[in-house]
Formats: sequence, structure tokens, C-alpha cells
Amino acid sequence: MAELEASTTAGARRARPISPHLQIYRPMLTMMMSIVHRITGAALYFGFLLLAWWLIAAASGPNAYANFEWFIGSFIGRVVLFGYTWALLHHMLGGIRHLIWDTLHGFEPAEREWLTLATIVGSITLTVLVWIVGYLAMGGPR
Amino acid sequence: MIGQHPNEMRTPMRRVRGLGPAHTGTGHFWHQRVTSAAGVLLSIALIVIAIALLGRSHAAAVQILASPLVAILMLLFIVNSAYHMWIGMQEIILDYVHEDKAKLFSLLANTFFCFAVAFASAFAILKLSFGV
Repeated sequence: MAELEASTTAGARRARPISPHLQIYRPMLTMMMSIVHRITGAALYFGFLLLAWWLIAAASGPNAYANFEWFIGSFIGRVVLFGYTWALLHHMLGGIRHLIWDTLHGFEPAEREWLTLATIVGSITLTVLVWIVGYLAMGGPR
Repeated sequence: MIGQHPNEMRTPMRRVRGLGPAHTGTGHFWHQRVTSAAGVLLSIALIVIAIALLGRSHAAAVQILASPLVAILMLLFIVNSAYHMWIGMQEIILDYVHEDKAKLFSLLANTFFCFAVAFASAFAILKLSFGV
């Protein structure tokens, strides 16, 4: 028994092999986009408050709606709305990518890199496009 | 144990039920896929509706939001998104929160939040639709 205790205390001091975690791997686009998908999902979760405020303000009357319009038209409001637009489109394209993967397609190295790149380039392009259309619908920036 | 893999840890009853340790099987996994497919279409609808409302007066905005097609699409977006984000946040919580009390509290808060924002938003749309 004493022998066993001696060997375990000696073993505790020795460096034990540990299982590798995220920080041991070289960052890759696919793993970055994986965590960004989760982050945009969580952002949209709290962004639902913005949607709720918008609809409740519209249902409450002109004054409440004016307050919402004042906020969303302010610099911070526009940054938040731009972020919401991007998060929504990025999560949407990332979701489509996951649906493609669910059919067991697109797992070759070149394919998954291409899909991942398309998600980030596509989401930024679409966000800018949606905002250009939005400003055109309002008759130019104000 | 005929036909069972030698490394199989589950009892035959567990295997027959096929529900796994969460006792709910793959239900949430599948629901998340269904709501994501619907979410693609409904998110596009939301963006179109939001652009149509830009720069309009309160009266004009209310008229658009209260029209049946827009109201129905908004309600579908609200219900679909609330369920999708409830499953998603639950998955995030189960991944990162391991302490029992904190886990229970976060899961409760997740359910309360999703129900609250969904019902508040849906109520606003219904009030606009029926109130005109």
C-alpha cells in the first residue's frame, strides 16, 4: 500500500499527457466560421429585442414609433442595425452551408474551404447590397 | 447480447428505445433543421418588409404591418425564430455551463426570454392587424 502511494505521488509530479484543445491547432477558416456561426446566432438572439421594440412601438402609437425611429436613425442605432443585418445574413448563409453538409456533400478539402469562403464573402456583399437598396428606397442617405 | 458490439455500453432496452442520454432522441436536431430551412425564406421576407417600411410615417408603417400577408409572414418569422433560437441557446448553455444551479437558471432564463420576446412581438402584430 505504501508502495502504491509512493508511486502515485511520484506520478502526480510527472507531466501527464493531456488531450489537445482548440489552442493547439493552427486557426483555420472553417473553424473560425464555425464559432462565428455560434456568435452571430447569439447576437441575433439578443437582437430579437430590437425587433420586439420595433413592433411594440408601431403598435403603441406615433410617439413610441418616433422614439424607435430616433434610436435606429442615430449613429449607434445604424451600427447596431448594420450588425444585425450582417449577423442575420451570415447566420443564414452559414445555415445553408450546414444544410448542404447535412446531405453529406461538400466535405472535400477544396469544397469545404470554398463553402466557408463563400459564407463570409457572400454575407458581407449581401449586407452592403441590402443597405444600398435600403438607402435607395428612402431616396438617398439622410 | 447476440449481435451486440463488444464495446457497446448501452443495455438492449436503451438501444431499442434509441433516445440516448438526453431521453429526447434526435428531436431537437431535426427541429433545428426544419426551422433553419423555414428561417431562410422568412429572413428574406423580413428584410423585404423592413426595407419597405424605411422612412415611412407611423400611419403608413402601421398600414403595411397590419396587411394580412405581411402580418402572417411576420408572425411566422417570430414563432419560427423564437423556437430556433430557444434550441440554439439551450445547446450553447449545455456546452459551456456545467454547474448545476447555473445551468438550471440559464435554461429557465432562456425559456422565459424566448417566450417573452415572441409573445410580445406576436401581440404587437395581432394588435396592429385587428386594431385597424
